[in-house]
Amino acid sequence: MTWTADQPLVSLRDVHKSFGAVPVLKGISFDVMKGGVVCIIGPSGSGKSTLLRCINALVPIDRGSIRVEGQEVHDPKLDKLALRRKVGMVFQQYNLFPHRTALQNVMMAPIHVLKQDKAAVEARARALIQKVRLAGKEDAYPGELSGGQQQRVAIARSLAMNPDVMLFDEVTAALDPETVKEVLVTIRELAAEGMTCMLVTHEMGFAREIADHIYFTDRGVIVEHGPPKEFFSNARDPRTRQFLSQIL
Amino acid sequence: MLLLPAAALAAGEAAPFSIPATLVKWTPLIARGFALNIIISFLAMAIGTVLGTFLGLCQISLLPPVRGSSWFVTQFFRNAPWLVLLFYCMLLLPFQIRIGGTVIPLPDWIKATFGLALPVMANMSELVRGAIQSIPYGQWESAEALAFTRRQTLWMIILPQCVKRMLPPWMNLYAILAVATPLCSVVGVSEAMTLTGDALAAIGRHEMLVPMYLYLLSWFFIYCYPIARATTALERRFAVAG
Repeated sequence: MTWTADQPLVSLRDVHKSFGAVPVLKGISFDVMKGGVVCIIGPSGSGKSTLLRCINALVPIDRGSIRVEGQEVHDPKLDKLALRRKVGMVFQQYNLFPHRTALQNVMMAPIHVLKQDKAAVEARARALIQKVRLAGKEDAYPGELSGGQQQRVAIARSLAMNPDVMLFDEVTAALDPETVKEVLVTIRELAAEGMTCMLVTHEMGFAREIADHIYFTDRGVIVEHGPPKEFFSNARDPRTRQFLSQIL
Repeated sequence: MLLLPAAALAAGEAAPFSIPATLVKWTPLIARGFALNIIISFLAMAIGTVLGTFLGLCQISLLPPVRGSSWFVTQFFRNAPWLVLLFYCMLLLPFQIRIGGTVIPLPDWIKATFGLALPVMANMSELVRGAIQSIPYGQWESAEALAFTRRQTLWMIILPQCVKRMLPPWMNLYAILAVATPLCSVVGVSEAMTLTGDALAAIGRHEMLVPMYLYLLSWFFIYCYPIARATTALERRFAVAG
């Protein structure tokens, strides 16, 4: 079966995952269309980060199905390299490579993983650093950059692989309040350009503004979901209401 | 008693016996021996570092048999007395090896070098394993998300970060090895300790015992102390840099 753009780019069906005896995901199903922006919210420990990690096969699932562009992720014969070229991921702790400069961080994967031409990669990496508004910081080491700047380098590093979908795992949770905005601006631009994005976030205002669809998860299940307007003003489930009242 | 030197003088023998002059006289011999100590320490360190790095990488292998056996080898040699390992190498290694038509002699000092390289290897293996495991897991995760293979991640991302962390303890290991090289005298290698003993036998004066060995100690101190200082300085610098 070949995937076409009118089918979901990411499709989850009845995904189950346990860590030892602790169930983390208990039957998650949803679809993300190309160009869609989905926010996953919910209390800590509700399996949101695990869910994202399952999509690019960092964490194997126990049961169910995850498809990215029609390719089953939960398959022992999966070409992980091909999957991870399509799925970019940005982490809460940035995880930049501290021994390499910002520019080198962005260039490493295209050169060593995709085996692309170095000069072409460099030109693109410089453009990406400019795109995340860090022109002039190309030769800075991660330790010399602020959290917000590091996170934008991490976004550029992920974009350098030309992914079809970007996963953002609480990317502003470790940042100082004043640098949160610059990262959100970058993500907003990406979304506006049509990048398919899946975000786990605690920034409710941002989720409401950017998302096409919000999923609220608690204890491994999707409790409620809907377009942001509806979701934030007319939450039906008591658990959602309680969560929103605490956070808003 | 007091009359004896005077009598010797009167007899018109050579200049009176002086400790500093005797030390100076025997310095070239001790220096030659000390050079062998340095050579042995360099070679043992090089061999131990290469083998130990390999062993340390095996210790984090995903294959349980590789991981288990490298763990065992590491622990075995790390907890073995250096002198016993030295004796084993002297006795077990042949005095020459034949590869094809060429015969490569294995002099005692080479065998001793292998003997010292074994505990260095085991300590190095633990340094490498510890350094790799001290790198935050997020580094592996983000490299994996960027489609790096495990091998690429290790060589391009993890190990370069380990080098900095391993440098001070690695230098410390070298300093310990350098002061351990006189152990080779026990198995008959003509290094500084052996030659100091030979010199003392030739001089034949018991009042030279203390100054001569003190002299030898100072050679090692002058060689090793700067290494210890540099290690401390590096540790302090890295501690600040985070």
